[in-house]
Amino acid sequence: MKKAQEIFDILKSEFDDAIISISTETPTEPMISVDPLKICGVSLFLRNNTELQFDSLMNLSGVDDANGEKGKVESDLDLITGGTLSVYYHLHSTKINHKITLRVSAPRENPEVESVESIWKTANWHEREAYDMYGIKFLNHPDLRRILMPYDWDAGYPLRKDYKSPEYYHGMKIPY
Amino acid sequence: MFDALSELFGSPIIAAFVSAIVPLVFIVPFVIIAVYMERKVAGHMQDRLGPMRVGYHGILQTVADFFKLLQKEDITASSIDKRFFNVAPFLVFAGSYAVYAALPFTSSMLGSKIDIGLFFIVAASGLVVAGILMAGWSSNNKYSLYGALRSAAQIVSYEIPTIIVILSVVMFTRTLSLAEMSEMQTAYFWNWNIFGGAEWNLTKLLITPFMMIAFLIFYISSLAEVNRTPFDMPEAESELVAGYHTEYSGIKFSMFFLAEYANMFAVSAIAVAIFLGGYQSPFGYVGNLIGAEWLVQVEQLFWFISKGMFFVFVQMWLRWTLPRVRVDQLMTICWKYLIPYSFVNLIIIGIITLI
Amino acid sequence: MKTEELILNMGPQHPSTHGVLRLELELEGEVVNKVTPHIGYLHRCFEKHAEAMTYPQVIPYTDRMDYLASMYNNFGYVIGVEKLLGIEVPERVQYIRVIMGELQRIASHLVALGTYGLDIGAFTPFLYLFRDREKILTLFEITCGARLLYNYMWVGGLSHDLHPDFVRLTREFIKYYRPNITELNNLLTFNKIFVERTANIGVLPAETAINYGISGPNLRASGVKFDLRRNDPYSIYDRFDFEIPVGEGMMGTVGDCWDRYYVRVLELEQSLRIIEQALDQLPEGDVQSAIPKRIKPPVGSVYTRVENPKGELGYFIISDGSVNPFRVKVRAPSFVNLSIINELSRGHLVADIVAILGSIDIVLGEIDR
Repeated sequence: MKKAQEIFDILKSEFDDAIISISTETPTEPMISVDPLKICGVSLFLRNNTELQFDSLMNLSGVDDANGEKGKVESDLDLITGGTLSVYYHLHSTKINHKITLRVSAPRENPEVESVESIWKTANWHEREAYDMYGIKFLNHPDLRRILMPYDWDAGYPLRKDYKSPEYYHGMKIPY
Repeated sequence: MFDALSELFGSPIIAAFVSAIVPLVFIVPFVIIAVYMERKVAGHMQDRLGPMRVGYHGILQTVADFFKLLQKEDITASSIDKRFFNVAPFLVFAGSYAVYAALPFTSSMLGSKIDIGLFFIVAASGLVVAGILMAGWSSNNKYSLYGALRSAAQIVSYEIPTIIVILSVVMFTRTLSLAEMSEMQTAYFWNWNIFGGAEWNLTKLLITPFMMIAFLIFYISSLAEVNRTPFDMPEAESELVAGYHTEYSGIKFSMFFLAEYANMFAVSAIAVAIFLGGYQSPFGYVGNLIGAEWLVQVEQLFWFISKGMFFVFVQMWLRWTLPRVRVDQLMTICWKYLIPYSFVNLIIIGIITLI
Repeated sequence: MKTEELILNMGPQHPSTHGVLRLELELEGEVVNKVTPHIGYLHRCFEKHAEAMTYPQVIPYTDRMDYLASMYNNFGYVIGVEKLLGIEVPERVQYIRVIMGELQRIASHLVALGTYGLDIGAFTPFLYLFRDREKILTLFEITCGARLLYNYMWVGGLSHDLHPDFVRLTREFIKYYRPNITELNNLLTFNKIFVERTANIGVLPAETAINYGISGPNLRASGVKFDLRRNDPYSIYDRFDFEIPVGEGMMGTVGDCWDRYYVRVLELEQSLRIIEQALDQLPEGDVQSAIPKRIKPPVGSVYTRVENPKGELGYFIISDGSVNPFRVKVRAPSFVNLSIINELSRGHLVADIVAILGSIDIVLGEIDR
């Protein structure tokens, strides 16, 4: 059983530049920020290291941080430019019974995050969902398709804070 | 019956028509009663009431359903093979209807007194397979196709143990005519074939257990032949939606329905005729006691129908109790168990008959 | 001769996909080569809605996710919000929540077991189990007026206190229900045909299960003794004495469909035990005293998970300090559990797909949210 700070120290010594920071203020759970393009290696280490053994990915969620600038263009007052989209990984070890949260943030304009599907199969559908809802591209994901929305949905990513429902879908009026 | 009728009408053609209609007069009310019974049996077995609204205790429910089916739109999808699609339900019904020609309801109420009745029944029920295959293929629906193929495989396979069992009984009774067979098992229930026939000797004692096994095999394989649980593969609701009749509606669907229930009674009736004394009363006839010849006929009809209905009830009972076997297990049961057992049984019965 | 694989679409309207799920089966004869699930037919944008609602307004939406275990969905959500707010709930509320949660678990398992029988072709057990489920729903009805979607657990409290007769009726129910588990076992569990259909089918090894994030009875059936009520206790579950049934491969291999089924049967008894203990210890008190007047959690995020009847139900709630949640992500157990269907089904027959899907026990309302 390891505390978040200890896990952070282990990771920091192993992957110096990929690990960015740890935040421990309440009520937030301890959270380690990781480079989005190195998350796969970090995850593999977290799973395989005998002291950590994070064999289970409890949850993976995309989040729109909405920390960019709002309404630059007059016609689109809600549109957000800049800022980041984040992915949160909640890990748990069934053997040692400790938990940790990882967070990666990718720029909103080109959100690319490494996929952890090869490490935890759970991530497969969760990443598809994050892609579906936020448009976060998971590199090396074997099957990155929309999952909840229709496959041919081309009106953007619904859970982004600046999403607008389209008027029509296949000739059907949407805001009925 | 045909002979009597042709004397009555003076024309064999009219007589043929009339005697062909008689089973229909039986089948339609039977199906209506059987469907009602099935629902009530299911209801009470499942701790509920079953139909209660239409008429007293829902007694008119199936009549209402029948009229509903008649009024329904006859949907034919655009990409089906219309010719086969339309013929199939009638072919299936014809197959199960033809069986009734050789069923001896009483000693004189018999569609056709052919000497090879059993053989005719086995052959005629083969028509059902053709009909089901037609229905599945012409529907142009994958579920229907699966249902039809399963059904064909199943019916063809299960005909083998059925025929072997029939063969062993035929060896014992030395006749293929159901009427004659029924006649041989007269008087009391210990004269039935399942108890080794009417003659009291060593053979009777030896053969009884094997006849019982034969009956069991026959009943199991007949369950499979009429696609009832636990062998209701072709229409396995949870897998294939409704199997070969998925695409049918209205009157054509009710034809399949009619055929299924007609078949249920038919196989029960055959089992009764070859093993359980057919139309013979187990305790002798009241009609003979008081010397009323016509009463004997009525009694025979009563016994035949009530024995048949009992086995129809057993089929329902099984259906509402057992889960369904898988398609490969179904084949295993047939080829690895029933066929070898029935073969061994055939040989033993043959030897006993010889000595 | 040119041959090609047969593609069979199972669903979205199909008797045994348990809702609007579409399974695309690639078949070779009757043998399945690949299963591709297509979901989303019931997508109602729960997470988007939640961002526009205040915290208490989200609770009725959680009801509608796993509509067979609404109480437990409420439970998970309110625990999360309470954690964010940092409030303590009165003892009585905790006990009532546990009682409701466990009754809900029984009700949910009854549906799972009944429909599983239905999938295998046995119709009667389904109605026997629904008969008992109705009794549980009646208990819910006298408590909060609803039979399916309760909105019963509120942040910091409950919408209603218990009905004066509730304790007596629940005890009567337990007394009535216990023998029915034996009845179910006689009728279905140990039925030869049922065992033949389910044993050694869809075997899920423990390692794969953990890697796929499988949780709940499905994980335990693979022999992993992992139950959040014991391993990561929430509410007051650490006060109760109960066992965690695991799959033992009694009829075939550990982690087959029969084990998944049987673990649920065993859990019925354990839930009854928890309810009995909770009823014995139930304290007096006011169930609404701790409900905050204004729910406005500080900035932060929290991930809470509870042992839903289907598995691990997680809520990831981010607060930006306003009255609306900034983000609510639901880790729906069925969503994760369903993702293994391809792994389990390969090489089995079409009829087995039905058996496997039924044994995973999914609810589409929760998968699609």
